[in-house]
Amino acid sequence: MTADVLDTPLHGASLARKKLPSWALPGITVGVLVVTYLLKMLGSLNWIQYVLIAAVLYLIVQTVASISVEGWRHAKDRLMTGLLYVTLVLAVLPLVAVLGYTIAKGIVRFDPTFFTHSMRAVSEDEATGGAYQAILGTLEQVGIAAVISVPFGILVAVYLVEYSSGRLGRVVSFFVDVMTGLPSIVAGLFIYTLWILALGFDFSGFAGSLSLVILMLPTVVRSSEEMLKLVPNSLREASYALGVAKWITVVRIVLPTALAGIITGIMLAIARVMGETAPVLLTVAGSASINYDPFNGPQASLPLFVFQEAQLPNDTAIDRAWAAALTLIIIVLLLNLIARAVARFARVRG
Amino acid sequence: MLLMSRRRFAGGDAMFRWLAKAAGALILIVMAAIAAFLIYEAIPAISKDQGSFFGTQSWDPDGSVVYGIAAIAFGSVLSSALALIIGVPIAVGVALYISHYAPAWLSRPLGYIVDLLAAVPSVVFGLWGLAFLSQNMNGLSRFLSTYLGWFPLFTSSYGTYGKSMAVAGVVLAIMLLPIVAALCREVFVQTPKVHQEAAYALGATKWEMIRMAVLPYGRSGMISAIVLGFGRAVGETIAVALVLSSTFSISWRILDPGGNTIAANIANRWADAGDVGRGALIASGLVLFAITLIVNFGARTIVRRGSREKKA
Repeated sequence: MTADVLDTPLHGASLARKKLPSWALPGITVGVLVVTYLLKMLGSLNWIQYVLIAAVLYLIVQTVASISVEGWRHAKDRLMTGLLYVTLVLAVLPLVAVLGYTIAKGIVRFDPTFFTHSMRAVSEDEATGGAYQAILGTLEQVGIAAVISVPFGILVAVYLVEYSSGRLGRVVSFFVDVMTGLPSIVAGLFIYTLWILALGFDFSGFAGSLSLVILMLPTVVRSSEEMLKLVPNSLREASYALGVAKWITVVRIVLPTALAGIITGIMLAIARVMGETAPVLLTVAGSASINYDPFNGPQASLPLFVFQEAQLPNDTAIDRAWAAALTLIIIVLLLNLIARAVARFARVRG
Repeated sequence: MLLMSRRRFAGGDAMFRWLAKAAGALILIVMAAIAAFLIYEAIPAISKDQGSFFGTQSWDPDGSVVYGIAAIAFGSVLSSALALIIGVPIAVGVALYISHYAPAWLSRPLGYIVDLLAAVPSVVFGLWGLAFLSQNMNGLSRFLSTYLGWFPLFTSSYGTYGKSMAVAGVVLAIMLLPIVAALCREVFVQTPKVHQEAAYALGATKWEMIRMAVLPYGRSGMISAIVLGFGRAVGETIAVALVLSSTFSISWRILDPGGNTIAANIANRWADAGDVGRGALIASGLVLFAITLIVNFGARTIVRRGSREKKA
């Protein structure tokens, strides 16, 4: 019976399933792009619509072609692969659009005056003035926030990895996770009620720093914790075997081994809080003139500067907002790139 | 040197241990203090309210002292839900692409690019949403209201679009995308190779393998990622404050200009608010805090339970 089947000649028919020819997909792509471009010429499509329509058309044509040649199951497979590519494009597109638009708009006022002057005695509709006071304020506020939260955060991480056993450790770890999801505006409200209402201090750069500490802490704890966990136990045991006390082992052996990773985490945390506007809005209040002292009186801040200038009706103010946004993005992206480089060139070695 | 320091700090070990433990405990104290101080400031403000704090839609604490969070809480939930509907499929798709479709040399840089999206400050997203997106979405909005206007969400009241819930939803979707994608990617990568190969051995196509092996394995991780994304979107302040033109009414028409969220309302009203006004804003912030707390609790519990089950 089986032998009969096997003996039957195939007459040249292929056993492989039927596939779309290799030129089909590129062909469909080109065809769809051309048709959509014609549509774009006819109607007044903007480029968002152009991309959306082209993507939808491509998927429809591809699926129909695949069903007719390869059958349902493989058509579905191709459709889903296509959809995944579409999601990738949709995810990368906003990044490109935001960066591109910010550069194009920000370059208008990206000049020496912008970086060397404050907004003191500059009215909204003048195309002068700058963000010197805001850049200064942000650097001071984020600097103080880092000085507080880095040792604190590393200590918590050390506790979680090296010392915690039992209930308290699990609870702390859980609440660090919960704290990661704390909205930035709530951190601002908390410092306002604690520092300004309850303790009676004035709006100041330091109040802003405190609210940034709340946001920075969980990030520093989490990343340091991950890095400490990567330190091989054999290093700790070798140190104990030499009779070194546990805390010296942590300070001299474990932390230095994990240093590069911890620095990466800290830089990413700094980059994150650098762009936080909401907490600073509630606690620092913003200022048009230069205030070097973060402990007395309102200060300015770069993200806050963007927010406040963006709400003014004058084009000159909007241009300043974009230039400040561009500055902010450059600082944040540089921090990110350096952090990645540190992580790449100095991995934890066991 | 080591021996020296060892002799000098005989109690060093106990002290360092105590210091680390204190730092851990301080985290709990901070979280408790956040709740305590917000509640302490919120209670007098809520008791002064002449309207119903949870039922009133309008917001006038410094004038008539009639205010409530009905409209802004609705706006927070609606904008975040829109963001999830738009953002989650894209995020899951990107995560699947990076974990199972991209060639090895491409998956790491792609991960970086998606992470870079998370690094862009929210105020920049707000500025971009206001200046660029709200203008460029007019065509899409007009299309939706013209051809799908029978659907209540897409009905247009004025024939004008712009600073609407739909734009806020898109901006929020972009902002929660990297978080959801990163979390999903992490669980998808962990799918046991044996499950995947078993699916292929049954003759599954790649997509059938994903549906049979990867998605069921990553389900709890995906759910918690979505919940965390919701938490992020609800708490997002500045981007929404810039994009929305604040109005205080409950409307399902997402294409109409208007709408407001709890967080955006705090940012927009803070500077001009009087004492009662600030108290009222703090009270609304307390509600926001409660929402995100519940959301994060839920998500983290799902994650912990999921990882425990997988270990067992």
